[in-house]
Amino acid sequence: MAGLAGLFRRDLRLALRQGGDVGLVLGFFVLAVVLFPFGVGPEPEVLRRIGTGVIWVAALLAALLSLERLFQADYDDGSLELMALSTMPLELLVLAKAAAHWVTTGLPLALASPFLAVFLDLEPRAIAILVLSLVIGTPALSLIGAVAAALTLGARRAGVLLPLIVLPLYVPTLVFGAGAVEAGVAGPGARAHLLILGALSLASAPLAPLATAAALRQALD
Amino acid sequence: MPSDGFPGEAAELAASDLACRRGERLVFAGLSCRLAAGGALVVTGPNGAGKSSLLRLLASLLRPAAGTLSWGGAAVWEDVAEYRARLHYLGHLDAIKPALSPRETLRFWAALRGGVPSTARTDAALAAFGLAAIADWPCRWLSAGQRRRLALCRLLAAPAPLWLIDEPTTGLDRDGVERLERVVAAHRAAGGRVVAATHQPLDLPDAAGLALDDFRPRAGAAPADFA
Repeated sequence: MAGLAGLFRRDLRLALRQGGDVGLVLGFFVLAVVLFPFGVGPEPEVLRRIGTGVIWVAALLAALLSLERLFQADYDDGSLELMALSTMPLELLVLAKAAAHWVTTGLPLALASPFLAVFLDLEPRAIAILVLSLVIGTPALSLIGAVAAALTLGARRAGVLLPLIVLPLYVPTLVFGAGAVEAGVAGPGARAHLLILGALSLASAPLAPLATAAALRQALD
Repeated sequence: MPSDGFPGEAAELAASDLACRRGERLVFAGLSCRLAAGGALVVTGPNGAGKSSLLRLLASLLRPAAGTLSWGGAAVWEDVAEYRARLHYLGHLDAIKPALSPRETLRFWAALRGGVPSTARTDAALAAFGLAAIADWPCRWLSAGQRRRLALCRLLAAPAPLWLIDEPTTGLDRDGVERLERVVAAHRAAGGRVVAATHQPLDLPDAAGLALDDFRPRAGAAPADFA
């Protein structure tokens, strides 16, 4: 356990000291959302209608930005090789890395979303559900993203290949994430959507590390 | 200097009839060697002879194309996790993050080898390679030689009976090489064993030699034993 906690702490430390990564993700998130009123016009009606979808899509793309770095740096400097040789199962190490990735991307995105939601004229109840859906749903983004990041490791043009692999896999999370707010404000309540979102995250927690570790072993061979 | 022995690790590391294939190319074949507790094996050969491949093979990072690798008679690939817990692998890459300090780097790798990293052990490892004074600098300030020294410190930060070191002296100055020789001697005296691939002369007393040139794939390459 000391090893897993150590890896988690190391990844957080690296993200904080290098700073750029978290800032980049948040900056992209804010800019992408802010672009929409310029594109579709400033009518509050329109913005309120598309607001949750815009924020969820922007969060998804922002999370995507940082995925390429998830294993690449460790692969390039030989750390990944040593992790594979450590006494911990690679699957658990992947889980620790995905957890650190979520804390440095998913969580900041969820925390920043209320400010952007106000900007898009969402009502308080919608904002509350939006934040909740992001907190529950973004772990799935980190976990599923880890599989794709491992698959594209060492590939030429990994940066282009990665979104092509991962974006279709993000569709269920997006549907239930954005749908939760819709259902909570105008429909039968957000409970069912949030539960499914939670199920997606919980199911990815054991399954994605298995696939990721297999892909990493392939990349190291 | 950590000098605890490796009780119950008197077993022999044995490779028999190993062959290594990289892509389409057979790098070497029919390679057999043995390494007992306290022993050292120096792997030599021209560039491309497969020194690094052999070390990666011994580290269980590569699977042999043919032949078997065993520890105390038990095939390594039957229980590879147990074997991996016994070895340290030091490759060409230093696995050092510019944003972390040498001390943080060592503590992280020691924790990953299982167990809580002990401060005394980390400090001793840093001192053994003369890095105590710069233990809290960010690694981005380190020179290539200092980075190599830090990578070597990993060998001491967590105990393991088998060290596989690939070109350990790259970038090291005379003092660094002497420190490495002392550390390796202490490791062997405690019952540890070392496989080193190197071009530079490294003073390892009574080390067996393994010239990879002898195992270039050709018809009738006879396996040989190295005590």
